[in-house]
Amino acid sequence: MAAAPAIQVEDLRKHYGPVRAVDGIGFTVRRGVTCALLGGNGAGKTTTLALLLGLLLPTSGQIHLLGEEMPRHRQRVLPRMNFSSPYVDLPQRLTVAENLTVYARLYGVRRIPERLAALGRELDIDAFFQRPYGSLSAGQKTRVALAKALLNEPDLLLLDEPTASLDPDTADRMRGILTDYQRRSGATLLLASHNMSEVERLCDQVIMLRTGQIVATGAPRELIHRYGRKDMEEVFLDIARGIQSGEVLE
Amino acid sequence: MSGISFYRIGALALRYLYLLRSSRVRIVELAYWPTVQMILWGFITQYLARHSDLLNQAAGLLLSGVLLWDVLFRSQLGLSVVFFEELHARNLAQLLISPLRPIELILALMAVSLARTLIGVGIAVGLAIPFYGFNLFMLGLPLIGFFINLLLMGWAIGLLVAALVLRHGMGAESIAWAAIFALAPLCGIYYPIATLPDWLQPLAWILPASYMFEGMRAVLLDHAARLDYLLYALLLNIGYLGLGIGVFLATVHNARERGSLLQSGE
Repeated sequence: MAAAPAIQVEDLRKHYGPVRAVDGIGFTVRRGVTCALLGGNGAGKTTTLALLLGLLLPTSGQIHLLGEEMPRHRQRVLPRMNFSSPYVDLPQRLTVAENLTVYARLYGVRRIPERLAALGRELDIDAFFQRPYGSLSAGQKTRVALAKALLNEPDLLLLDEPTASLDPDTADRMRGILTDYQRRSGATLLLASHNMSEVERLCDQVIMLRTGQIVATGAPRELIHRYGRKDMEEVFLDIARGIQSGEVLE
Repeated sequence: MSGISFYRIGALALRYLYLLRSSRVRIVELAYWPTVQMILWGFITQYLARHSDLLNQAAGLLLSGVLLWDVLFRSQLGLSVVFFEELHARNLAQLLISPLRPIELILALMAVSLARTLIGVGIAVGLAIPFYGFNLFMLGLPLIGFFINLLLMGWAIGLLVAALVLRHGMGAESIAWAAIFALAPLCGIYYPIATLPDWLQPLAWILPASYMFEGMRAVLLDHAARLDYLLYALLLNIGYLGLGIGVFLATVHNARERGSLLQSGE
C-alpha cells in the first residue's frame, strides 16, 4: 500500500469573526516533495502553517499529516515533524548548545552530543555553541533555528522564510543544506517564502495564496509557462495583483 | 495521565536550570527576599517577646508564620514567573509545536517551582538558626503537611495567574505579584482567623493556607498536631489545583483558537 501523502488538507477554514484568514483551501503534498506556500502579506501563509503545526485550531476542515489527523493525533505527528521561523525565538539567555540540548531531549533525540556536533559542522554554528543565543546576529540565529528544526531528522519540515536575514552566501549554503537533507532523508519540505529564486531552485510544487484562498498551484516551470512570464518573481507579481494567467499587464 | 513523559518534563526543567545557572543574581535573588523577611521578623519577635506573654511562650510564632508564608509565596511566584520567561523569550510556540504536552509543561513548572522554593526558603530557614536560634523543624512532622499544602495552593494560584497572563498578555504580569498579597490578610499568617470580622471568616476558611497557619499555632501554642486541618486543606487544594490545571489547559486551547500563541510575547 502506498504511503499516505505528507500533507493532505481539505476545505480548511480559519475565520476570526468576519475575517476569513484561510477560506476553504485544499491541497495535497506527496512525500519527498519540496513545496512552497506563496502569497503576499496577509494572504494566509502563516495562518496555514500555524494550522498545520496545531498552533491554531481550524474553524472547519481536515488536516492529515504523514497519514495522521491533526490536531487530534498531534502526539503521533509532532515527534516526526519540525518547524523553523525567524519570527519564533529560542530562549535568549541560554547558550546555543543548551537550547539545542533541551530541544533534542524534547524531541527524544538519541546520542545528543553526536547529533549536536554533526549539526554544528553542517550549519557552521559550532564556533558559537557556548555563546548565549541572544548575543547572536540575526543570520546566526536563523542558522541555529534551522539546527533546532533538523535535530529530530523530521519527515516533515515546515519552514517560514528559511533564509530571511541571511547574507547571499550563507543563504545559498542553507539552501544547499536543505536540498541535501531532503535528498538524503526523503523528507517533505513545506516552505513559506518571499524569495522567488529560492522557490525556483528548491521547490517541486508551488501553492499560491491570495486573501485566504488558493489561486494557483503547479510546478514553478509550469506556472511560469502558464502565466507567460520569464520567472517566478513575475508570476508572483501577477498573482499578488490579481491578474489571471494569460492576461497581459498594461 | 497516559503518555506523560518524565523525560520531556526533565528536559524542560533542565531549560530552567540552565537559565538559573546563567545568572548568579537570579540565585541570590531566590534567597534574598525570604532572608530579609526572616531577619526583619526576627528582630520584631525579639522586641515583642519582651513585652508579650504570648510571644514569650512561643517565640517562633512570627518567624514560623513568615517562613511558611514564603513557601506559599515562592511556590506561586516560582511557577508563574518561570512561565512568563517563555512568553518574554517568545518560546512558547516552539514548545507547543514540540512533542511536549501542555500537562507536561505544567508538571515541569511545578518541579521548578519546588526546587526554587526549597532553595529560597531553605536558605532563610537555615540562617534563622544561627541568627535567632530558631529552628523551623521544631514544628515536627506536621511541617511536612504544612509545606505540601502551601506548595499546592501556591501552584494553584500560580497556574491561574499564568492563565490570566496568557489570555490578556504581559500587561497582566503584575497580577503575579499582587494576587497572593490580596489573600494574605485572610490566611491568618500572624493572627488567628477569629481575629477577622465575622463576615470575613467564612472566606478565610475556604483558603487552605488558613488551616495551615491555624495548625502552626496549634503546634506552637497547644503542642497539638491538627490532622483535621491538614486533611481539610488537602481536600481544598485538590479542588483548587484541579481548577488551576483545568483553567490553564482551557486557556492554552483558547489561545490555539484565537491564534495568540504566535504573537505571545512582550
